[in-house]
Amino acid sequence: MQLFIEHLINGLAVGSIYALMALGLAMVYGILRILHVAHAGVYAIGGYVGLFAFQATDSFFVAIAAAMVVCAIVGVAIEKVIYYPLLKYPPYVPLIASIAIFLSIEEICRILAGPYILGFPRRLALSPLTLGSVSIGGMQILVLLTSFAILLVLWFISERTELGLAMQATSQDMAMASAMGVNTKRIISITFAMGSAVAAVAGVLVGIYYNQVYPTMGAVPAYKTLAIIVVGGLGSIPGAVLAAILLGLAEALLIGYAAVPLPRDALAFIAMIIVFMIRPQGLLDRKTR
Amino acid sequence: MGGYFTTVATMIGIYALVASGLNIIVGFAGQISLGHAAFFGIGAYSTALLCTKLGLSFWWSLPLATLITGLIGALLGIPSLRVKDDFLAITTIGINFIVRSIFLYVPFFGGALGIGGIPTPTLLDTRLRGEYYLTLVLVLLALTTWFVHRFARSWTGLATEAMREEETAAGAMGISHVRFKILAFTIGSAMAGLGGVLYAHFVNFISPDDFGFPVSIMLLSMVVLGGMGKIWGPILGAIVLGSLPEVFRPLVQYRMLLYGAALLLVIRYQPQGILGEGSLLRRLFPRGRR
Repeated sequence: MQLFIEHLINGLAVGSIYALMALGLAMVYGILRILHVAHAGVYAIGGYVGLFAFQATDSFFVAIAAAMVVCAIVGVAIEKVIYYPLLKYPPYVPLIASIAIFLSIEEICRILAGPYILGFPRRLALSPLTLGSVSIGGMQILVLLTSFAILLVLWFISERTELGLAMQATSQDMAMASAMGVNTKRIISITFAMGSAVAAVAGVLVGIYYNQVYPTMGAVPAYKTLAIIVVGGLGSIPGAVLAAILLGLAEALLIGYAAVPLPRDALAFIAMIIVFMIRPQGLLDRKTR
Repeated sequence: MGGYFTTVATMIGIYALVASGLNIIVGFAGQISLGHAAFFGIGAYSTALLCTKLGLSFWWSLPLATLITGLIGALLGIPSLRVKDDFLAITTIGINFIVRSIFLYVPFFGGALGIGGIPTPTLLDTRLRGEYYLTLVLVLLALTTWFVHRFARSWTGLATEAMREEETAAGAMGISHVRFKILAFTIGSAMAGLGGVLYAHFVNFISPDDFGFPVSIMLLSMVVLGGMGKIWGPILGAIVLGSLPEVFRPLVQYRMLLYGAALLLVIRYQPQGILGEGSLLRRLFPRGRR
């Protein structure tokens, strides 16, 4: 029982990191219908900026803030310079552009920071929380609290503010939103800035959680998060969050209990194919459309 | 010709063949596939197993492995009947990951060590290496290109393109999307299988990583870069993307960055491909009136 709860918490922590990554992807897909593979590159940049900021200042919050700012700028730059002019072409054109950006980002990280795995200099001193016989690691609490806070802020922005309303309108029907006076170009940029900033948080959290930052850290998440947003229903943000957390749990429990001959990373794709067969619209229907 | 040049040229020839197969699926039938390396791998593993375990000769194994890959391609093309566009792209990524996992985790396929000792083919008691092998690859490339040309001109090819342009309208004209999508996947996969056979007997040793997702990206990039749905598009794409890393080879450290940047620049400024409609090349040299 005690072991089971520890697996569960670990799965929840990993799942919430997946959720942070998949969120930005789902937001971008919802608004531009682009599979933004380079999102995982932005996440790797977040990991690096967070690491360097942490080395310089020794503060977790400065690291997160610096990573968010840098990634937001990178995300908006990708949108303005590459995606926006390619919107009128079939979806595979921005997809290939996105893959090319992702490759380039990996290479830039490798050239600037070296091909090695870098660790956070000093593990954050966090004491584990003990509830009865179950002890929850400090890292897991940090990850869970940070992701929960971010999910809450995003939910508030999207459901309770005018900006959120404009974002929803743009993702439902860009032309109509624009006719109603929404500055859709600005909304697209804000979406990219927000999605990229959230990916930056995921990058920093993964860096701290596994104590690893390396150039190809985005390679597996790049495609796994694609499967996640499909399982969640393409473009559905609550669906993506739910699918991410379920996947984190399933992976943790699978590793904990079942000896399956398949690698952990294939699970997301198997789940995806099953979803295609029985619920092609994803776990949660997009209420709009 | 030096050995280095022959090796690079042979690889480009093999990739051109595989990319031409992908062009049938993506360019002619309009079904986006990001898992083409899986079929490339199935062809290579089929021939490797047929030759090392059953002791078949290259000349028997070549058609057999091509056929096997085509049949598996027909089977794995079935999702395209159910999902479209972006969904299909992600499904094919999934197929690629799962096929690679099977090669990696099922001991029958040699696991991470792969399969070695794949024989170099012989013809009239001559071992086909170096320039001989390059010639073989080029002959097969020419034959398949001729086949693609015939295919594009045939009623089947026109029906496939009609389906790509407007599935519903084509359906109303009696063009079964089931038949032509599966056909496109079968032909395209069989060509990838043929490429896989040539690859396996060229390098004599294969492992799961030779057929991972990055290879699929490279193949799709070749098709898009050259011009989708153009017979010469994937061949030009293979020449450009196959030789770029060699051109940049002296800049060891920056080689892959330049590769990524070059791909990005072309797709950003020539999104229809080098040979596509409205590309710089087409505008500089417009088609004459016929």
